[in-house]
Amino acid sequence: MVQFSLDFAHLLAGGLVLISFMLLYQDRMFGLLNVFALHAVVLSLSVSWQAYVQDAPHLYITAAIALGLKAILIPIALHRVVVRLGIHREIETVGGIGLTMLAGMGLVALSMVVMLRVTGAADPLAREDLAFALSVILLGLLMMVTRRNAVSQIIGFMSLENGLILAATGAKGMPLVVEISVAFSVLVALIVIGVFLFRIRERFDSVDIEALDEVRGDRS
Amino acid sequence: MIGEIVAALPLKPIVAVLAIPACAAALLALLPGYRLTAALNVLAGLLTLVAALSLLVERPAPGSYFFVDDLNIVFIVLGTFVGFTTSVFSASYIGHEIEIGRLTAVNLRFYHAMYQALMFAMNLALTANNIGLMWVAIELATLTTVLMVGIYRTHEALEAAWKYFILGSVGIALALFGTILVYMTARPVVGEGYDAMVWTLLVSRAPDFAPELLNVAFIFLMLGYGTKVGLAPLHAWLPDAHAEGPTPISAVLSGLLLNVALYAVLRFKILLAANPATIAPGPLMVVLGLLSVIFAGFMLYQRRDIKRLFAYSSIEHMGLIAFAFGMGGPVANFAGLLHMTMHSLTKSAIFFAIGHIAQVKGTQKLAEIRGITETHPLLGWGLVVGVAAIAGLPPAGVFTSEFLIISSTFARNPALAALLAFGLLIAFGALLLRLSQVAFGEPLGGKAPVEASYVPLIAHLSLVLAAGVFLPGPLVRWFQNVAGMLN
Repeated sequence: MVQFSLDFAHLLAGGLVLISFMLLYQDRMFGLLNVFALHAVVLSLSVSWQAYVQDAPHLYITAAIALGLKAILIPIALHRVVVRLGIHREIETVGGIGLTMLAGMGLVALSMVVMLRVTGAADPLAREDLAFALSVILLGLLMMVTRRNAVSQIIGFMSLENGLILAATGAKGMPLVVEISVAFSVLVALIVIGVFLFRIRERFDSVDIEALDEVRGDRS
Repeated sequence: MIGEIVAALPLKPIVAVLAIPACAAALLALLPGYRLTAALNVLAGLLTLVAALSLLVERPAPGSYFFVDDLNIVFIVLGTFVGFTTSVFSASYIGHEIEIGRLTAVNLRFYHAMYQALMFAMNLALTANNIGLMWVAIELATLTTVLMVGIYRTHEALEAAWKYFILGSVGIALALFGTILVYMTARPVVGEGYDAMVWTLLVSRAPDFAPELLNVAFIFLMLGYGTKVGLAPLHAWLPDAHAEGPTPISAVLSGLLLNVALYAVLRFKILLAANPATIAPGPLMVVLGLLSVIFAGFMLYQRRDIKRLFAYSSIEHMGLIAFAFGMGGPVANFAGLLHMTMHSLTKSAIFFAIGHIAQVKGTQKLAEIRGITETHPLLGWGLVVGVAAIAGLPPAGVFTSEFLIISSTFARNPALAALLAFGLLIAFGALLLRLSQVAFGEPLGGKAPVEASYVPLIAHLSLVLAAGVFLPGPLVRWFQNVAGMLN
């Protein structure tokens, strides 16, 4: 049973890394949103599994938040934003997809090497969970760096937050205070994003960061 | 005597420091009217300052959520003081913004509520005895400032807020990962659950922690909170956020928020220092700090916007402070602490002056502001004194602390001291060059009289000058004590 619970947790965490890679090569806005929803579903499963294995019922709340908010509400909301703004064309990326994927693999290798080496003392479940979580975080960062578009940057940021939640739930017995606050801060962050999107749309009819970038610092 | 009075208060100081801004934020979100709310904002600032000062007299025993020690009380008193004086400045600044219609009544309500929410978040971050709670508070502080930076809703303001939001979130996310790693390190030693995130417990048990994991955690925390400190190369958000938001926000950003992030870094530095098997955190801070000083020094020459100019100067000084704490040792830590205090006071004073200058001149462009000492002598000379102080000219307190940092570094590593002095000289040249253009010469731009509140400006500058001439004994002993804690 112990071995099985470990394997299943790995499967889910590894799945999350895989979906992070899928996010990297999406070139359509709707595809990106759907894959992100999948990302959130897998996260929710992974958190539920941790809740079951660790016998920590409060983690189910985190799982429910991940499912309800990130897998359903936000993708729907962003879907609407995309439709209204008419930006469901191809997503512009910085550098090629191939290059980005290679960089992603490099980052995953890096996080494995770093985390597995330094966490020798921790229990195996948390240990490999942490390595996967760091991979997801770094891939999210990579996505934010390589995308020019505000909506895909938001997606990148949220996938990064998913990695954080994976890490937090993997850390056995981490106080609930923090988890709720994580979820809460995500919510707040999203309100902020919503406000920003609203204002940006109001002003520019565009959420392309490039369009915002024309006033580039103080060279003007 | 004072102790008895404080003890008799219905509200414990530690509760008051948090409750006053929190209640004020809720109240200000509801109340209409500019004069009333601005006055209430000042009142809340004053009450919080009084509560913070009474913490000096009656210090509560460390609880599992909050604690006050010699280190964080420096930050709390400094923070609430700058918060109070800035609220006085803000009242007159906002009055003008309302007149010219840059802010609406709804915006104003929002602005005041966010201002107090920021004060609450900062005090929470500073008093928290829990690394998770501290993280939440710093995140909250970031969000409130993001909203305030974007308040003008201009093209530039939105871009600045967006950039700040994205970079700030990435920083805060890295810091959370570091926080989780610290918990993982502490769990086998301290035990599962809440205890493994309590500061005082963490520090006392740190020698038993697994050093490798703690090292990795510190790197994440340093990069995460370092982004919020504005250290190069993670500084990109800082100039925009300073330049495009309302000027009171630039003053609190430079005067308070950067310090709060620095406080978080220092806390984790103490944690690492308590475990002898870990890497020395100093060199990382020294490298980032030195990089910031030299980089910002050169960047100062290309600035065309007056607020951006001083935002880069903030990067330079935060770099210098990080450098000093990175070097460590009693003298450098003392100097770092003094420099942080002096920088907060001076930089916010400069922003007080700039806020009114930009209002009378109707522009922030350096090229369009000339001869300010002739048209507005008090503002102009205030700016001259402030900039001379921040550039490191004696007799201001900044000179004392910079001198201490360089001399103590020179004794240990002359090459580093030379590099640092080089960076400071570069910045010095840029600041004086720009100052001479702005302050003297043929006046350019608006000449209308200004309804400024000079009290905060003069109060800050006199404190800085006084500190340069004479540091009172109790203050020196206090800072020396803290410097000893930081090792």
